[in-house]
Amino acid sequence: MTKLFVPAIALAAIMFAVAPWLINGAPYESTMGLVQKIFYFHLPSWFVMFTAVLTAGVAGAVHLFGRNARADRVALAAVEVAAVFGLIGLITGPLWARKAWGVWWQWDAKLTAALVLELILIAYMLLRRYGGPGSERLASGLAIFGMANVPFVYWAANLWRTVHPKPTVVPTLGPGMRGALWWCVAAFMLLGAAAFGARMRLERLRTEVDELYLED
Amino acid sequence: MKRVLAAIILAAALGAGETTLNGRAAAQPPPAQDEFVPVSDAEVEQLPAAPLVMTGYAVAWVVIFLYLWSIWRRLGRVEREIDELARRTRAQTRAT
Repeated sequence: MTKLFVPAIALAAIMFAVAPWLINGAPYESTMGLVQKIFYFHLPSWFVMFTAVLTAGVAGAVHLFGRNARADRVALAAVEVAAVFGLIGLITGPLWARKAWGVWWQWDAKLTAALVLELILIAYMLLRRYGGPGSERLASGLAIFGMANVPFVYWAANLWRTVHPKPTVVPTLGPGMRGALWWCVAAFMLLGAAAFGARMRLERLRTEVDELYLED
Repeated sequence: MKRVLAAIILAAALGAGETTLNGRAAAQPPPAQDEFVPVSDAEVEQLPAAPLVMTGYAVAWVVIFLYLWSIWRRLGRVEREIDELARRTRAQTRAT
């Protein structure tokens, strides 16, 4: 992980440095104009969040049913990464909505489900921080609930009437928009993977510390 | 003829009455709002988009930077703790 962390962060930094040129070159959306360009950071942050939540959910299930300590560390690291990128999505979304919809927030199905997912992640972290011995298993259950919430967040715009654009806008993007979006998705995913790797290393070292205290 | 005159007088009286009512209505304050009605798209105040876009990108950068910094700080603390414990363990081994 240590060997890969620095090159991954360096590559992500280069990709983020190039991203403004691609975003600037992408065409304006016909009804929203300039503010739609928040999309190039907003959607990739949800990509990372969903990937991390799915990872945490699977790892939580492995920990809960297989009593695997490493899976617990994976879940903890993934939940933290998911919460951070979810926060970016939840801040950039209202900034976009203020101009596009005239309001900062709408209590529609998609936005509410996304907020609930973020709250589940925060609940997981609080449980791990203050729950005491045995909280790992409860937290793994929460991680599974978080994973179960992902399809609702993703398909909410298709299932219910919401003001949020549907996921079908992505495959219909024009070449200028598509290139900038997938570039930013790659940069965010790389950064998310690097952060996850670093967070995993932190958990591994903490386990070493606990073992050393037991030996001491 | 009388009927025509009566019709003219009645029409004038009705017109005057309407004008007076309108005048009174204009002088009265508007009724208190009991609900807020969202405005249509055409009436939405025109906000400049650039500050919102810039804020969005800045927030993303700041959150990412702070998170990476927090991991780096926590890693440093744990590594120092491991070094300290390893040193203590070595000292104990030597003493025994």
